[in-house]
Amino acid sequence: MSSGAGSMHSRSRGAGAEPHARIEPHGLALEDRRGVLSWFSTVDHKRIGLLYILTAGIFLLVGGAEALVIRLQLARPGAAIVSPEVYNQLFTMHGTTMVFLVGMPILVGFANYLVPLMIGASDVAFPRLNALAWWMLPAGGILLHMSILLGSAPDAGWFAYAPLSTKPYSSLPGVDCWIAGLLVLGIGSVAAAINIVATVLCRRAPGMSMQRIPLFVWMVFITAILTILAIPALNAALAMLFVDRTLGAAFFEPARGGSAVLWQHFFWIFGHPEVYILALPAFGMISEIIPVHSRKPIYGYEFVAGSTVAIGLLSFGVWAHHMFAVGLGSGVDIFFAIGSLLIAIPTGIKIFNWTATMWGGSIRFTTAMCFAVAFLVQFVLGGLSGVAFAAVPLDWQLTDTYFVVAHFHYVLFGGTLFALFAAIYHWFPKMTGRMLDERLGQWHFWLTLVGFNLTFFVQHLLGLMGMPRRVYTYDDQPGWALLNGISSAGSFLLGFATLILVWNVLRSLRRGAIAGPNPWGAFTLEWATSSPPPPENFTALPPIRSRRPAWDLEHPERADFLTQRTAEDRGTRPEAAPVAAWSFIASEIMFFVLLLAAFVVFTSGDGGAAAGRDSLDVPRTVLFTGVLVASSVTFGFALRALCRGAGARARRWLLATLLLGAIFLGNQALEWTGLLRAGVLPERDLFAACFFTVTGFHGLHVLGGLIAIGILLWLARGNDLPPRRAAVPHAVGLYWHFVDVVWIVVFAVIYLGLPRGLG
Amino acid sequence: MSGIAAIAAGPIFPVLAPESPQAEAIYDLGVRVVLVAAVIFSVMAILIGVAAVRFRERSGRDATIDFGSHRAEVWWMLGPLLVVFWLAAISAKLVLTINAVPAAHPEGDPAEGGDRCDILVTGHQWWWEVSYPRTDPKGGPAGDSGAAITTANEIHIPVGRRLRVRVESADVIHSFWVPQLARKIDAIPGRTNHIWLEANRPGEYQGFCAEFCGTQHAWMRFRVIAHGESEYRGWLAAMRRPPEPGDGAQAALGARLFRSLACIECHALEGTGSTAANGPDLTHLDRRRILAGGAVVNSPANLAAWLRNPGQFKPGSKMPDFKLDDERIAALIAFIAPGFAEADAAAPPVGAADGGNSSAGESPR
Repeated sequence: MSSGAGSMHSRSRGAGAEPHARIEPHGLALEDRRGVLSWFSTVDHKRIGLLYILTAGIFLLVGGAEALVIRLQLARPGAAIVSPEVYNQLFTMHGTTMVFLVGMPILVGFANYLVPLMIGASDVAFPRLNALAWWMLPAGGILLHMSILLGSAPDAGWFAYAPLSTKPYSSLPGVDCWIAGLLVLGIGSVAAAINIVATVLCRRAPGMSMQRIPLFVWMVFITAILTILAIPALNAALAMLFVDRTLGAAFFEPARGGSAVLWQHFFWIFGHPEVYILALPAFGMISEIIPVHSRKPIYGYEFVAGSTVAIGLLSFGVWAHHMFAVGLGSGVDIFFAIGSLLIAIPTGIKIFNWTATMWGGSIRFTTAMCFAVAFLVQFVLGGLSGVAFAAVPLDWQLTDTYFVVAHFHYVLFGGTLFALFAAIYHWFPKMTGRMLDERLGQWHFWLTLVGFNLTFFVQHLLGLMGMPRRVYTYDDQPGWALLNGISSAGSFLLGFATLILVWNVLRSLRRGAIAGPNPWGAFTLEWATSSPPPPENFTALPPIRSRRPAWDLEHPERADFLTQRTAEDRGTRPEAAPVAAWSFIASEIMFFVLLLAAFVVFTSGDGGAAAGRDSLDVPRTVLFTGVLVASSVTFGFALRALCRGAGARARRWLLATLLLGAIFLGNQALEWTGLLRAGVLPERDLFAACFFTVTGFHGLHVLGGLIAIGILLWLARGNDLPPRRAAVPHAVGLYWHFVDVVWIVVFAVIYLGLPRGLG
Repeated sequence: MSGIAAIAAGPIFPVLAPESPQAEAIYDLGVRVVLVAAVIFSVMAILIGVAAVRFRERSGRDATIDFGSHRAEVWWMLGPLLVVFWLAAISAKLVLTINAVPAAHPEGDPAEGGDRCDILVTGHQWWWEVSYPRTDPKGGPAGDSGAAITTANEIHIPVGRRLRVRVESADVIHSFWVPQLARKIDAIPGRTNHIWLEANRPGEYQGFCAEFCGTQHAWMRFRVIAHGESEYRGWLAAMRRPPEPGDGAQAALGARLFRSLACIECHALEGTGSTAANGPDLTHLDRRRILAGGAVVNSPANLAAWLRNPGQFKPGSKMPDFKLDDERIAALIAFIAPGFAEADAAAPPVGAADGGNSSAGESPR
């Protein structure tokens, strides 16, 4: 938690005409250290961004190599390059790697590097949290890959449909490693996302109103909100699967009352926003790159930004379009079909505006622009094949065939990865101070373009031929061998093209032309500082009076603010700590709501819940609920004392809070022991499974809160908190009250069986 | 030639060759969606292409500065919105048509378990169990016992009649898909789904498991065979007759082996008293066209090759390798597939999918 409270005061005097020499105090010592070791301890957002990009780049090569083995096995009918078991592990790892270890981190990396620069900040809101979030990435990657050492990589597909992913059908530790790895990666992603939200809301330079932030920042901001709200759905599903696999519960085991479809709901409540988590930052990149290389401002800024908000909202209401073949009924099918079709509108708005941006421009076909234009065309195709899936009866034919494989590769490879390649060519000069070689770039572009379309276009046709996805081999039906052969050949072209990029990067790092601060004549703030930027990002910030401050600086006679009015910055910025606390609470609400939803689903109906509930002692729990609520009150007193500078009193109240929380936890432990002694185990029935899962996770949260209060107590050991930490107790307080509120809901739902009407 | 003889005869693009009213309706919707998509794609590609050519940088021309136009935004919001609503409407209409039909059918006599269906299809790792419930003998033609029928990996239907198919799963999620005849429907444990199955013309139609279901998801295919009405009745009658037991010492040895090797623990076979369903019911095995979920074409030689080493065709399959010698294989075949007994089981296997290039064996029927 950095940031001086002092910087808050200077902001209101923001948007003057003279360059701002004053830079926000960093809160942590600025570093300009060199050497490999300094990268391990860095909290500089630029270095962390590069670490993200580098890590994801390495995993891109791993996931790509897995794809090449897959294509080798499918290159001809009846091949036996790998066994079916290994094949299933390969496509599971390929999907998991590309989504969680490549797509998300590489986009987070660019966001990390660019967002503070683009909004004129010296760093993200929480530099140390940022470093922690990055460290979760290699940790999660290692956990996932540890499965290989334990005998088998996960093999249930990247969406791990239950019951195939449950113990009876997948007894090797692969799926366990998958769960552990994804939980770690998910927590890291949420931490990074909270940081981005807080940075955008709290660290914008004077003059940078929300209506002036670059579109990349807008899209990353919305992505971060999606991440915060979507990942907990995955975490809830993973937690339940973990309880199934290790404690013998039956959440997803239909034979013992569980539900196979529930996993799909939970997974896709996460999974569909996830698609936009992977796509929106790419849209943001395109929204920066096309204008710069067309030498024109973005067309329809408000609409490109607004459509992103619309996509974000809609993305939570379309998950069941992944489940049309489940047989959910006409009403559900039509509802989700309409939602899915509606997403075409905001997406279309973006495409129209990007095209209109090129219209009337003076387009330089740099490699970055080539990739951006190819992105446009391919993304249109991927979007339109997506429309086919939203027309439910077509989905009934095409889902789970190679047609859907083609569709999502057009979106995620032809779309996201092409945008990423464009971004690499566009921002490499800023990040390294050197240009990438354009001649090699053109080779990379054309080979990727041809390779990509060869690989994936024919897969549409394979789907129409009836080839299901995820088959390790096929027989020699007419056309199948030919098209699979073409697809495999294309994939190797892609692999070769990627090696050209790797070579280009390595070569240009040492021998590339010196870039200078703004080689493209670009518009946004990151180009108004040296390449690479100094550790504090800016030695002098230009005035921010429009959406294109760097353009205004270089073309004062045609400056944007002369012709286009944008909302002035009112100069108010919220404190970062409560923003982070609220974001975290929003994430946690999703998690608990889904766990409790599972409870309601499983215990409504046949009266099984009532029987399970008999083993609970409601009056005793009422008493200890009171204890927990009391701890919220004592925390309130502690906070008031802190604000009045009464350190000793505050410490006493904090101690009381700590004590009350510990009493509550102690009672929980006693209750658990009693139930376990009485034979109420998670494996007994779904009531017990839900009870232990929900109360267990709530207990963990209470424990986390107690640790935070303990730290607060330690920080307040003097008479007062250091002023730059003034917001911390409020943030901890928010969290502690939240934990109490969750308990009250848990008590109502599980102990009292409310709301009865829902059953 | 393929391992599965009928596939070569089928259309290259089964999704584009519908053979039932339902599949035709979906195909018609597809044509409309593709046309709309093609128009939109062409317009966008042309716009992008023209922009790329016309507005390349050249000397003497500067980029315009244009921040956008609300009027343009409204137009390209409204245009697609109309298309989207039209697509939603025609999709919804077809969804209601396809989904509503099975529900409109009476749910049958509750005394018989309520949920009447003409065919019950159950997905197993990695094969399809197909059962025809017992019918009322009075309804059938003379001599038809109306007994229940159980077979595997093939579904026989009469042409032009809609059969109500119930789709279930015995283990993990599978997905039942006959591209030429019907929508895809998941087979989900703990849940029952229903679809109509109908074919316009006699023929063989390929079916696939579309949802990844484990090691041998690739070889979980099946076939739907549509017959003319009288041929269908003939098939039913033949399947309802108890299989003729094989004669001689070989078949007797096979019968002993069937018990001692524990075949009986997994496979049902009429006459042995076994009703196990861990593996396909072997009654009338010699009448089937494919083995092992389509990994092997059924023929005397292929059945022998399959028994000799199942892992060669379907590695990871739950059928164990019993390391059988030729004599025991011949005995087992004489017992479980007496119709094959005449043929020389020691002949080299043909039509196996493994290797992919061997020529197709004749279907036994």
